[in-house]
Amino acid sequence: MRTDELVDALVADTATRPPALTRRILLAALLGLAVSVGLFAVTLGPRADLAAAFGSWRFLLKLALLTVAVVLAVFDCVRAARPETESFASRASLLVPLLIFASIALELLVTPSETWERRLIGSNALVCLTAIPLLSLAPLAALLIAMRDGAASVATRAGAATARLAAALAALLYALHCFDDSPLFVATWYTLATLPVIALGALVGRRVLRW
Amino acid sequence: MQRRPDDLSALMRAANRGDDGAYRQLLTALVPRVRAAVRAGLARSGRGGADPEDVVQETLLAIHLKRQTWDEAQPLEPWVRAIARHKLIDHLRRNGSRVTLDVNDLADQLAAPRDEQAEAVADSIELMTCLDDRQRAIVTGVSLEGRSAREVGDKLGLSEGAVRVALHRALKAMAAFRTRSET
Repeated sequence: MRTDELVDALVADTATRPPALTRRILLAALLGLAVSVGLFAVTLGPRADLAAAFGSWRFLLKLALLTVAVVLAVFDCVRAARPETESFASRASLLVPLLIFASIALELLVTPSETWERRLIGSNALVCLTAIPLLSLAPLAALLIAMRDGAASVATRAGAATARLAAALAALLYALHCFDDSPLFVATWYTLATLPVIALGALVGRRVLRW
Repeated sequence: MQRRPDDLSALMRAANRGDDGAYRQLLTALVPRVRAAVRAGLARSGRGGADPEDVVQETLLAIHLKRQTWDEAQPLEPWVRAIARHKLIDHLRRNGSRVTLDVNDLADQLAAPRDEQAEAVADSIELMTCLDDRQRAIVTGVSLEGRSAREVGDKLGLSEGAVRVALHRALKAMAAFRTRSET
């Protein structure tokens, strides 16, 4: 086929417009999240004292931190779908570890050291390590399908960035169930729980995000 | 809005609003630029004599099918360069070289077209071999024969919509052809 003929064929194909990238990724995130919300509702469910928890600054800080993580992960996911992007995360995403360290520092300042171990270990660590990866599967699948329409320059890293968003969504959901609101617990176990998700995203992304 | 014919970003924005004339103008302007960039990349990886046209066509297909990944707020050229680079590296790997190319290596090249007319008819290894007979008839109809989707549909006994869908699928198959045959 001659190149000028290919150009003719491409111009003839403009009736089929690809959907906008950001909208496609947001839709996939919502769709995957909806499945996980259903799963969450029939298994864990929100904590019994959810209404009262909104009066606790630790609970609110946890939600705020995870919301920031979700929003930044959305930007990085869209960013990863563009061919110019080479890195796993944008500089803005450094805000998440910074906030984590700040919240740890705050907790250590305001609580006596005898309680640190109890706050760190909590009572839900194993549930946390299981629930967050499981709740991230549906968003991960939906997002990876959406990302196939993208043009990720490094498939592995884009898969990891996609998984970061899926894990952040799952963590935000799980946070409504978990009683352990201490930043010590959140920083440790939530972070550990996202690692297998990111590894899975990188592994699958490597295969499915090539173009 | 007034737009200069060499403002590629403006052409792509107009194309995104449904201006097919602008899209044709854009692709036509990109072909020699992409070809020069690919040729330079091939030369830099020790394959100076290699025919660039396969990579050029793969790049054009990717530009078309992935055009929603261009951020309208950004200039178009770095995006095109990234796609050309991706397809070139892919091509070199398939052909057994281990390569790393600096993105910036392609930068200057993208701005330097040459011999446009002489190369407009350049050929590539048959991309259409991955298509079935009907898809091939449709692609040939809209390109080689320059027919509209409706005319091609009348000829093949298909609706205009069915032709458009089939054409889009055919282009996707052509884009996936080499990536798939590699694994």
